[in-house]
Amino acid sequence: MSNTKTFVYINRKAPYGTVYALESLEVVLIGAAFEQNVKLVFMDDGVFQLTNAQDPEGIGMKNFSKTYAALGDYDINQIYIDQQSLDDRGLTIDDLQALVYEDEDDDWNEKSSIHLVNREQLSDIIDSADVLLNF
Amino acid sequence: MKFTIQVNTGPYTHQASDSAYQFTRAAIDAGHDIHRIFFYHDGVNNATEYSVPPQDDRNLQQLWSSLAAEHNLDMIVCVAAAQRRGILDEGESKKNGKSGVNIAPGFQISGLGQLIEGGVQSDRLVVFGD
Repeated sequence: MSNTKTFVYINRKAPYGTVYALESLEVVLIGAAFEQNVKLVFMDDGVFQLTNAQDPEGIGMKNFSKTYAALGDYDINQIYIDQQSLDDRGLTIDDLQALVYEDEDDDWNEKSSIHLVNREQLSDIIDSADVLLNF
Repeated sequence: MKFTIQVNTGPYTHQASDSAYQFTRAAIDAGHDIHRIFFYHDGVNNATEYSVPPQDDRNLQQLWSSLAAEHNLDMIVCVAAAQRRGILDEGESKKNGKSGVNIAPGFQISGLGQLIEGGVQSDRLVVFGD
């Protein structure tokens, strides 16, 4: 496909309780095949999607949080976490799983895909979108 | 302008499907192109032929089906979302050993790639429902 667009996915909801987090991840993974410029934003309760040590077995749900670790292999390495949302929920970056990718322009060094952003930076990210999908 | 429309909520509980339908019709009337309409999440429930609302209420499935027939619209229902919610075409019904087929005329079951492709190919992707 000739034209490349910037797809921004905003994940706002907790991983369980609604289907949005799971169905967002499905779109992101399928969309990776289209080789677009992809940015993922996690804000509001969406920051819980990346928390460590999820164990939803007790509510009869599958733990799909391990799948996020594969994003780097799909060349999805622009992941933005809203600092304010972490603060509001008493979370820090250490409560989230590490997401990394191998940088082909830098001898395949492993680098973090995660960027903490403030609201102003978030606004710029949203502004950069050709296609904006809110989940 | 070329639009892809995404519908994320089912009919009747929320207005989103009505709004998406009205937007689509208005866009066509104004001379715009509708590249695709993509039904995701509970939006797949718009595609069931088994819905029978009271006669004095609008029938959203029929409205969508008629619009598609009239304007040759590409209306796609996400396969994974549809299977979770019991929207089946002949192939999926057989494959999963079910007794009925409920996908309405004009709707086709396909994959999420169709949503992304819609976003790539269209000038605007407009999303209805949350």
